[in-house]
Amino acid sequence: MTLTEKIIARHAGRDRVAPGEHVWIDIDVLMTHDVCGPPTIDIFKREFGEAARVWDKEKLVIMPDHYIFTANKHAHRNLEVLRAFASDQKLPHFYDAFSDRYKGVCHVGLAEEGFNRPGSTLIGTDSHTCTSGAFGLFSTGVGNTDAALIMGTGKLWVRVPETMRFVFEGTLPPYLMAKDLILSVIGDIGVDGATYRAMEFDGHAVYDLGMPERMTLTNMAIEAGGKNGIIAADDVTVAYVKERTDAAFEVLHSAPDARFHSEYRYDVSEMEPVVAKPHSPDNRATVSEVAGTRLDRCYIGSCTGGKLEDFVAAASILRGNEVRVDTYVVPASTEVDRALDTQQIDGVTLREIFERSGCKIGQSSCAACLGGPPDTFGRTHGTEVVISTTNRNFPGRMGSKSSSVFLASALTVAASALHGVISDPREVLV
Amino acid sequence: MDKTVRGPAYVVGDSVDTDQIIPAEHLVYSMTEPDERRLYGCYAMSAVPPAGQGLPTGNTPFADCDADREGLPSRFKVIVAGGNFGCGSSREHAPFAISEAGCRVVVAESFARIFFRNAVDGGFLVPIESPQRLIDRIRTGDDVEVDVDSATLTNHTTEETFLLKPLGEVAEIVRAGSVFEYARQKGLIPS
Ligand code: SF4
Repeated sequence: MTLTEKIIARHAGRDRVAPGEHVWIDIDVLMTHDVCGPPTIDIFKREFGEAARVWDKEKLVIMPDHYIFTANKHAHRNLEVLRAFASDQKLPHFYDAFSDRYKGVCHVGLAEEGFNRPGSTLIGTDSHTCTSGAFGLFSTGVGNTDAALIMGTGKLWVRVPETMRFVFEGTLPPYLMAKDLILSVIGDIGVDGATYRAMEFDGHAVYDLGMPERMTLTNMAIEAGGKNGIIAADDVTVAYVKERTDAAFEVLHSAPDARFHSEYRYDVSEMEPVVAKPHSPDNRATVSEVAGTRLDRCYIGSCTGGKLEDFVAAASILRGNEVRVDTYVVPASTEVDRALDTQQIDGVTLREIFERSGCKIGQSSCAACLGGPPDTFGRTHGTEVVISTTNRNFPGRMGSKSSSVFLASALTVAASALHGVISDPREVLV
Repeated sequence: MDKTVRGPAYVVGDSVDTDQIIPAEHLVYSMTEPDERRLYGCYAMSAVPPAGQGLPTGNTPFADCDADREGLPSRFKVIVAGGNFGCGSSREHAPFAISEAGCRVVVAESFARIFFRNAVDGGFLVPIESPQRLIDRIRTGDDVEVDVDSATLTNHTTEETFLLKPLGEVAEIVRAGSVFEYARQKGLIPS
């Protein structure tokens, strides 16, 4: 069996499962946030009764992150709904907005708080829940109804996916990031190239990456239609997890005789910086093909592109220079936000580097990654041309239906910020 | 869920994502309060680029809450789409919005998986795959009829009938009405 099949089988109480089978599995962690949490709670109460208790308080995680720093009254009402539910159910893992516990973007928060445990099942009411698969676990996004069913029963039906295998060998050059690798994959297989399937990432180049960069790979499995992205745990994973939780976990691997749907191999030393052009994540071009495209805005943030590695990469380029266009910096989590003050390059903190180069720094949340209410930090309102480290560039994704978004790595976005046009990081990296 | 659905078709292209189906800025509304819930239907499909709104001519909005249609925001009953319908976010608001607008069936060449499960598990609408590309064979406004059990689509305007793909295992959930009813029937939750 593949890694994904093994985890599903164990959680279905079975020795084996085969792709295509429908099975009910036990869920180890259910995560929800401020957009999908309130309607999930409504359905939970409708189906299980006003007085019903959640199936296991320890396994429910609520991390508001989408619409936090806005005056929108509906958004605040949604936070109130979460608060009332968490207090009524005495939930230990509620990371309330405007409190000391506030985390920021849920997928990064789940990792930081030790909820991503190898061998487990983690389901979230957010399509990028596949991010957690970087820790060798089965994770996928569901809607409110499925989440409400889990809230009451701890169970979910799944169709066992076939697994596609993506092997990255070679040494990653300094001008490439995980974002270049995954955008290349999506460009190769298309936005529906992995629909219903698992995407397993493997190879030395993957295991050379730290956890945040691995999360960039699994984060965008959904952009190829994948059910889950997954990377078997190694020593780096185990060290990260042990630092953040005492909970038990089990490291599993695909068996040597596992059957894969297909296998794609890449030599990363031969790959190039790439972008996804508007308006689809599979609309790939090399940076050199689109270099010189005039920009109105640069954006570095989100669960896929607002992690510490992204800011270290961007700062290494922005250091001592000034941006030519509006450049928005949004740390994914409050932990990343704090690290901007502690992490230094040549004695200068990342925050100072961004401030001196003229970037606008926002508060940890999803912010303009998905547009949001009109007063959202960094949201587009007109015909802006944006280059962004986020994961989607469908029409209207960052707010305005007439804006255009290029997706790229933090290195490429930072290089572009310096010139006001799309620029190759190889030109500015020394 | 009705076994047959008949009414005007609304035709869109490939990879219509959840942001086009219901833009993120609208996700703040309650899905239960009647006044707010109605807004989901009003904004359903509102961010499909104008040229793609109702093929082949385009520029035909799916829903219009200012028009008086006995309370239903859309006059369309069946969406006919290309591949990868509903890709993008996991928001259940997407099939919900289409269903609130008054449309209960989507026929597409393929669906993004979360949209598919949300549509079925929530009992909002029936997503049916078509082995052939119907968006070149059906025009927005054609009078179509979908028979869920026999998996066929009849275009009464052109008098053509197309075979669709059977629902397979999820047919049981569709028949039960939602995943909750299904789980009750299976004894997974007490009834
Ligand atoms: S940062 Fe963007 S992609 Fe990530 S959870 Fe938030 S809205 Fe979704």
